[in-house]
Amino acid sequence: MGKDDQILEELTSSDYKYGFETLIENDSAPKGLNEDIVRFISAKKNEPEWLLEWRLKAYRHWLTLEEPKWPNVKYPKIDFQDIIFYSAPKPNKELQSLDEVDPELLETFKKLGISLEEQKRLSGVAVDAVIDSVSVKTTFKETLGELGIIFCSLSEAVHEHPELIKKYLGSVVPMTDNYYAALNSAVFSDGSFCYIPKGSRCPMELSTYFRINASGTGQFERTLIVADEDAYVSYLEGCTAPQRDENQLHAAVVEIYAETNAEVKYSTVQNWYPGNKEGVGGIYNFVTKRGLCKGNNSKISWTQVETGSAITWKYPSCILKGDNSVGEFYSVAVTNNYQQADTGSKMIHLGKNTKSTIISKGISAGKSQNSYRGLVKVHKNATNARNFSQCDSLLMGNKCGAHTFPYIEINNSTAKVEHEATTSKIGEDQIFYCNQRGIDTENAIALIVNGFAKKVLNKLPMEFAVEAQKLLALTLEESVG
Amino acid sequence: MLKIKNLHAGIEGQQILKGINLEVKAGEIHAIMGPNGSGKSTLASVLAGREEYEVTEGEVEFLGKNILDMAPEDRAREGLFLAFQYPVEIPGVSSNNFLKTAVNQVRTYRGLEPLDAVHFLKLMKEKMAMVEIEQKLINRSLNEGFSGGEKKKNEIFQMAILEPKLSILDETDSGLDIDALRVVANGVNKLKSEDNATIVVTHYQRLLDYIVPNFVHVLYNGRIVKSGDKSLAFELEEKGYDWIKEEVDSVA
Repeated sequence: MGKDDQILEELTSSDYKYGFETLIENDSAPKGLNEDIVRFISAKKNEPEWLLEWRLKAYRHWLTLEEPKWPNVKYPKIDFQDIIFYSAPKPNKELQSLDEVDPELLETFKKLGISLEEQKRLSGVAVDAVIDSVSVKTTFKETLGELGIIFCSLSEAVHEHPELIKKYLGSVVPMTDNYYAALNSAVFSDGSFCYIPKGSRCPMELSTYFRINASGTGQFERTLIVADEDAYVSYLEGCTAPQRDENQLHAAVVEIYAETNAEVKYSTVQNWYPGNKEGVGGIYNFVTKRGLCKGNNSKISWTQVETGSAITWKYPSCILKGDNSVGEFYSVAVTNNYQQADTGSKMIHLGKNTKSTIISKGISAGKSQNSYRGLVKVHKNATNARNFSQCDSLLMGNKCGAHTFPYIEINNSTAKVEHEATTSKIGEDQIFYCNQRGIDTENAIALIVNGFAKKVLNKLPMEFAVEAQKLLALTLEESVG
Repeated sequence: MLKIKNLHAGIEGQQILKGINLEVKAGEIHAIMGPNGSGKSTLASVLAGREEYEVTEGEVEFLGKNILDMAPEDRAREGLFLAFQYPVEIPGVSSNNFLKTAVNQVRTYRGLEPLDAVHFLKLMKEKMAMVEIEQKLINRSLNEGFSGGEKKKNEIFQMAILEPKLSILDETDSGLDIDALRVVANGVNKLKSEDNATIVVTHYQRLLDYIVPNFVHVLYNGRIVKSGDKSLAFELEEKGYDWIKEEVDSVA
């Protein structure tokens, strides 16, 4: 019996010693994963039977899968029996003022240009009653409600909008899709649900709201965004402020579903704890993000700024099913110290006249490894499909690595696919040139790196672009010297 | 303004400057000429603080301060400017953004308030007119895809913006056609005042028709072997460098 089979055998044969009944009383599940844990999570959330069955099906499928070995990353084998898969969100200890917050954290906030109010919120300081986040939330909810836009936690949506969840959950990323998507489907903690009805344009970046709403979604986050016909939404996930989490493994799933003429813009800034300078600790970020351009003329656009996590494994993709649909992927991935990133995109052209763009900018510093991995696939019916891919790598120092793995599969002779790739090094010459004009090395690197990533940063929502620029500079601080 | 005493410097263990002595006062233009490999560009790089070069002996005093221990950015902030022989390209960074960062870091160092966008734009417009540089060059990424002449014009534009006390032009004339040369020289002349000084490093006399020096120095084998006025430049143009080499080598 193979080692994996042996583990599987142990997993499925041993009885769960605490039993399901007593378990339900607890705030968190004991370590490990089995069917009882899945039932426990579902029961904790008061889920309907069909969702429990869905989770169990995912769990059983997960047992038959193997952890993917193909990403260009190295880490010790994950012991899934040593992980706690559910714990109730704990309210943070409330602090009375910013004076009680770790000064180092405040310094970082300052460098990022995060507002005082948000600093308070992020570090768990009690907020002034007038601008209480609850009232902000209520205002947002009212505005959105008038337009028929649903924006709530996924758990809430399961109860309030079961017909939508039943229809769309797993419709873009099936529970059987891959190892981590199956795991997420079995044990997902919570996440967001967003539905934009026919003909509605969401009038605000769903960013501000989301940032207020972001805490406590847990390590197996699941997001579902549905844009109905002629709908538009711009959605922002994440935060430039450093995020720490005691859970090392994060396996999130994001699904986007775009009907005819719909457009969804999804922007991410990921800054999870990357581990220390010696490469100890840090988040494993194994994410499945996919959008389906279901209807004709629909468009899905991914923009990501990835600076955090010890290991990132993430390929936001678009399935271009509708004719004339458009998929875009704009990415800046920065790795420093011992970080490893294997990230890129997949563009699957199924419909006629479908168009996709991939712009990937990788920046490697320290002893890190940064890989671009992308697939452009043109199906035989996808007449006149077009793709443009540009993958640029910037190296800082001579101990890091940049890798590019582009895959192209073309099954229709009318397709036009272009791929450009460059690798360059931040030169001493460039830095000296800046120095000679009075710019110190830190600011010189910030300028050079932001210039390199400009095409992607330009795609971010305005107020966020500025923070993201500062974040890039901050991540690379002291990496040349 | 600038006092160089017995400066010895080299790179990777190879001695290039072997005892340079030079004094530059405010209001003066000095030309440093010499054959290839005599150490002209090394001198410019050492003054600007390029890390690869090691100073083994001697002193350099700029506005009363020893600059050899200063970081290159601090020398720049003190008012030392180097117009590069080969200006580097920085993709994706606009001249506007680059210069605003530079100007404001310099201002902060000098205890001045940073310029806001409006005042900075005004400064840009004023200096653009002064050095005859086109808006379209400023809008592009810094030096990216610029011709040789455009790069040199941009160096002079940066000099105009930063208003240095001492400007060192390192072979600014190399690779320029006559029109570009005139534009560059006009810029330098307009920026000239009683309070600042210029060191023109060049191989040819040509540039000195436009930028007229008070002093001409010949650098050979790591030392200044001859100094004179503008007529020395004409003599070199006529006779080449060989007679100087012979003179020096026979003494040695």
